Amino acid sequence: MDLVIALALQIVYGIASLVLISLGLAIIFGMMRVINLAHGEFLMLGGYTVVISTNQGVNIWFAMLVLAPLVVGIIGVLVERLLIQFLYGRMVDTLLATWGLSLLFVGLVTSIFGAQTATTISPPLGVIQIGDYSSSAYELFLIAVTVVLLLLVYAVLKLTKLGLVARATMQSDEMASALGVSTKRIYMITFGLGAAVSGLAGGLLAPVTGVLPSIGATYIAKAFITVISGGASILAGTTAASILLGGINGIMAFLTGPTLGEVALLAAAIILIRLLPTGITGRFFRKSL
Amino acid sequence: MSWTRENRWRAVLVLAGVIFTVAAPGVLELFTIINLSTVIALAILALSLGLIWGYGGILCFGQTAFFGIGAYAYTIAAINFGGSSWAVLIAILAAAVFAAVLGYFMFYGRVSDVYMAVITLTVTLILYSLLRRTSGPEYKIGDALLGGFNGVTSPPLNLPWAPYMPLFPEHVFYVGMAVLIIGYIICAWLIQTHFGRVSVAIRENELRAELIGYDTRFYKLAMFTIGGAIAGAGGIIFANGVGRVTPDIFNLYNSALAIIWVIVGGRGTLAGPVMGAFALFYLTSWLGTQGVVNNNLVLGLILIVFVLAVPRGLLPTFISWWDGARSRRAMQRRELKVRRKRSRRSSDQREVTHEK
Repeated sequence: MDLVIALALQIVYGIASLVLISLGLAIIFGMMRVINLAHGEFLMLGGYTVVISTNQGVNIWFAMLVLAPLVVGIIGVLVERLLIQFLYGRMVDTLLATWGLSLLFVGLVTSIFGAQTATTISPPLGVIQIGDYSSSAYELFLIAVTVVLLLLVYAVLKLTKLGLVARATMQSDEMASALGVSTKRIYMITFGLGAAVSGLAGGLLAPVTGVLPSIGATYIAKAFITVISGGASILAGTTAASILLGGINGIMAFLTGPTLGEVALLAAAIILIRLLPTGITGRFFRKSL
Repeated sequence: MSWTRENRWRAVLVLAGVIFTVAAPGVLELFTIINLSTVIALAILALSLGLIWGYGGILCFGQTAFFGIGAYAYTIAAINFGGSSWAVLIAILAAAVFAAVLGYFMFYGRVSDVYMAVITLTVTLILYSLLRRTSGPEYKIGDALLGGFNGVTSPPLNLPWAPYMPLFPEHVFYVGMAVLIIGYIICAWLIQTHFGRVSVAIRENELRAELIGYDTRFYKLAMFTIGGAIAGAGGIIFANGVGRVTPDIFNLYNSALAIIWVIVGGRGTLAGPVMGAFALFYLTSWLGTQGVVNNNLVLGLILIVFVLAVPRGLLPTFISWWDGARSRRAMQRRELKVRRKRSRRSSDQREVTHEK
C-alpha cells in the first residue's frame, strides 16, 4: 500500500513537472501559433534569477514566486518587441529566429556566469514519510503549485476581460482588430505572460535540478513533445498530454529504469502524432481551452 | 544531364575539389589535413541537409541524428567485425533505415513542416540523453561498450576487405574528399532527374503536386531517406576524423550548427551549405582561440541576422547580385551601341542637310 502511494506520488509529480515545463510554451503556441525554440532558455533564465537572488539574500519563496516570473516576463516582452513581432505569420522563420535567440541566451549567460553550475540552492521543506518510503515535501508543493497555476490560467482566460479579448484574438485576429482590439498589444501581453509562466517554472525547478547555461536543452525536448501531442488547446491539451506521457514515463521508469522510461515517452509521442497529427485536442475536447 | 550554366559551375566546383584533394596534402601541414577531415565530414552533413531542405522542402532540425547514428553504427560494427568493410555499409544502411522509419511516421502522418522540425529536433535530443546514460558495463552491443558520456573509440577505416591494412589519418582526408565530391555529384544529378523535379515541385506547392497525381508522401520519404544515408556517410568520416564518437554528436549545439550552415550558405543550392560548413568551422575555431566572445553568442547572432536580413543565404544572394550586375552591364553595352548608332545616324543626317 505504501509502495502504491509512493509510486502514485512519483507519477503525479512526473505529470506535474511536465505540465510545469510545457505550460509557458503551450500558452505562446496556442495563442499565437508561435513555436518558441528559446523556451528552454526562458526556464533557464528563471532558474538563474532564483539562484542569484537567493544567494544575494533574497527570500527564496519571494524569488521563486515573484522575481522569476517578473524578470523573465519582462525579458519576454522585450523579445516580442525586438524580434518576434517582425515575424508573425512566418512560422519557419520564427522557429529559426527563436533558435538563434536560444543560442544567444546560452552564450550570454555563459559569458556572464561561466559554463559551470552556479551555486546551487537546496529544496526547501524537508522530507515526508509514507510508511517505509520517503518523499520530498517540495515535490508535493510543486504538484500543488501546478494545480493552482492551471486554475489561475483558466480563470484569467475565462473570467477576465483580458482573457476574453485574448481568446477572441486567438480565434480571429482580423475580426478582433476590426472590433477595436489592439491585437499587437494582446500578442505582446500573451508572449510576456507565456514567458513569465516559463520563468516561474524554471525558478521552481531550480532547487531540484540546479542551473546550468545549457539546462534548457534538457527541458525543451519534453516540453515540445507534450505541447505537440496535446494540440492547440492550451490547458486541456497540455494536461491531457502530460497525464498520458508522464504516466507512461512513470510506469515504464518504475518497471525498467529511467532510460527506458524516456524511450517509452518518445515512442508513445511518435505513435500518438502518427495517429492524431493535430494532437489530442485536435480530435477530442475540441471546444476546450 | 545537359551543360546548363549551373552544371558548368558545378563542374568547375568538382574540378576545384579534385585539385584541392590532390594538392592540399603537399602544401598543408599534417595537423591541418587531419583537422580538415573532420570539417569535410561536417560539410557532408551540410550537403545532406542542403539537399532535403533546399530541394525537398523538408524542414529537418535533427539531421545530426542520422549523422550520429552513422558514426555510432560504424564504430560498433567495426569493433564487432574487426574491420571497416561491412561497418561502412551497415552505418549508411542504419542511418537510412532510421530516417525511413522516422520519415514514415512524419510524412504518412501528414505532420506539418513546423511540427516536423520540432519532432526531428526532439528525436535528436532524446538520442543524446539516452546515449549519455549508457555508461555501465551492461550497455554493450556485441563487443562494443557504449561508454555513456565518454563514448566509444572508433577503429580506423581499412582497405576494402583487408582489415590488416588500416588507413592512416592523413588518408582519411582523401576518403572524406572523395565522399564529399561523389555525394555532391549524386545530389546534383538527383535534383535534375524526374524524381528531383517532382521533389522541387512538392517544395513549391505540395497541394498542387498532389492534385497532379504524385504521391507526395512517398517522394518526401524517399528524399528524406537519401538525405539520411548521405548524413550517415558523413558520420563515418566524422568518427574517423575525430577518432571516437560521443553522445555530444547529438547535442543541441550541433543541430543548430547544421541549420546555420544551410541558412548562411543558402537554401536551394548545394554548394552554399558546404561552403557554410567550412566557413563557420573556421570562424568558430578562430573565435575559440581568441577566447573573447562565446561561440553560442556569435552563432545566435548570425542566425538571427540572417533570418531577418539575408533570408535567402549568401550564395543565392550573391548569384542574383552577379546576374543583376551582368545584365546591367549588358544593358549598358546595348545602350552604348544604340546611342552610337543614333549619333552616327544623326551625323549622317547632318551631312545630308549640309549637302542640301
